[in-house]
Amino acid sequence: MILLNTASAGTLESSDCLVTVSPAEKLKLEYKGANSEVFAERTMQLVESVSKKCCLSGAEISIQDQGALEITIKARLETALIRAVKGVAKE
Amino acid sequence: MDMTLNSLGRKVPLELPGVGSFAPYMSPFSMLGQPGTIQGTQMHMRRPAPARSKVVENIEKAVELSGLKDGMTISFHHHLRNGDAVIPMVLDVLQKMGFKGLTLAPSSIPDVHDCIADYIRSGLINRLYTSGVRGELGKLLSRGELNIPVVIRSHGGRARAIEEGSISIDVAFLAAPACDPLGNITGSIGPSACGSLGYAMTDARHARHVVAITDNLVKYPLNPRISIPQYLVDSIVCVDSLGDPKKIATGAARITRNPVDLKIARDSFRLMKSSGIVEPGFSFQMGVGGASLAVAKYLEDYMKEKGIRGSFGLGGVGGYMAGMLEEGLFDAVFDVQSFDSAVTKSMQEDPRHIEIDASWYANPFNAGCIVHNLDCVILAALEVDTDFNVNVLTGNDGVLRGASGGHQDTAAGAKLSIVVAPSFRGGVPSIKERVTTVTTPGETVDAIVTERGICINPRREDLLGSALKSGLSIVDITALKKEVEKLTGIPRPAEFNYDKVAAVVEYRDGTLIDTVYARKS
Repeated sequence: MILLNTASAGTLESSDCLVTVSPAEKLKLEYKGANSEVFAERTMQLVESVSKKCCLSGAEISIQDQGALEITIKARLETALIRAVKGVAKE
Repeated sequence: MDMTLNSLGRKVPLELPGVGSFAPYMSPFSMLGQPGTIQGTQMHMRRPAPARSKVVENIEKAVELSGLKDGMTISFHHHLRNGDAVIPMVLDVLQKMGFKGLTLAPSSIPDVHDCIADYIRSGLINRLYTSGVRGELGKLLSRGELNIPVVIRSHGGRARAIEEGSISIDVAFLAAPACDPLGNITGSIGPSACGSLGYAMTDARHARHVVAITDNLVKYPLNPRISIPQYLVDSIVCVDSLGDPKKIATGAARITRNPVDLKIARDSFRLMKSSGIVEPGFSFQMGVGGASLAVAKYLEDYMKEKGIRGSFGLGGVGGYMAGMLEEGLFDAVFDVQSFDSAVTKSMQEDPRHIEIDASWYANPFNAGCIVHNLDCVILAALEVDTDFNVNVLTGNDGVLRGASGGHQDTAAGAKLSIVVAPSFRGGVPSIKERVTTVTTPGETVDAIVTERGICINPRREDLLGSALKSGLSIVDITALKKEVEKLTGIPRPAEFNYDKVAAVVEYRDGTLIDTVYARKS
């Protein structure tokens, strides 16, 4: 999977997250929010496993976590990646 | 620092330099049931010349008369909550007068008083005894910026510490919503009315010197209610305002509409009902928000339907409890601290709404406190663990951000103590392997109610039996923890600098139940 442009998915509502992905050579994660410390490893693992599944060569990923469940972050990330591939900038 | 393990496996210091020595926590009642008495603090006799007024020009003058010196202990009450302007007002004067190294021993610290962090940095305050810390102050303490660890006490524990002399208050500065020229005080009248002055009553009785600060000097004698009598008050200062009345007495808290909280409340009520405790003569304490308050809605409907009249309500009293008293659902309400404007009116007009001091409320070392008569209490929690221990003090990041309050007192005293908590909050599970900080021991918690089921303490087989018979959804706490972690993932525990003790947590009997370390920087 190669990203064509920047795309995002999600919201800044509580219990959701806003995921923004941009094309980049390597995988880079910026994880922000109140849980960024307690869930640093969990989220890194999640991003790595999604990237691997999608055969993502590289991406700059930013996650603003407003207290989302793991499955929510995963869904938002996958959606953002699909949008970045299709060239749909935002919702 | 010389540390030992207490019965919960928590490392606690045996001695805090500059504070004193401590015993480790053993069990909830290990210090009770002893014959004889122990010597408490001595009464402070005063010999002022007879006078018809104790009003002095300003706070500076009152401080001079008090004989306050560097290194002494001052206290405040937190009945004005987030509307309080008295704590910053007095600390500002003390700072300008050049005081250093004072011990601040308030009943608790309102959330808004981040200024206390500045007075610690400036050297005005170098020791802190409180029920809770939040905001900037919590962050400062969790960075280890205060050399001497904070001592966290419950409301009952603080009353005990004052009466036994572990906290020796030199000067108490008491915000007084109504005060006459000789110092009779009440909290239930005036533009800054706050209801009960329960915590202030204890300070007034035992401080060496008492300064009343009022924005409502009334004609002698104050009537019809006197909470603190004139013979305990040394001087009076009149100021324009004690604070923001809207934040002192907020509107009555409404029952939550959050479906998760409502389900937790309904299931908590069902558990109470199944246990057979909701009978005529029943006594009850609840919180003033969220799921804890919502339990009252189910309870009220049931008591009305069945014609059940309870004995007493206790608290931390909010408008909802005052309403239940008015409807005749309880014979009386004992009020150590009021939470909204509806309560002030009830206290003023209803003699069954009884103002009590902190010792009467929860001190385990007097001849009988009211929490020991409680049938049921509903309590909130920041996190719980599989041993049913509760943390109401530190957040997921290990930073101090809560208050001990009456949690451990009521949990120990009540026949049925129910902790209500959503199974996860902000994406982080509430049930841990080990809570970051134990404030209330699992031995005193009978059940934890979440929206995903009720966990019953294995020590309470009777409760489990009756709950199962009533068809309640019971879940093993370890199984529930795993179920929730499937949704959230497993959080990383906070990392601490174990060389730096930021706070110690006393159990109500004065033993140490846990230690809070500074965060790893």
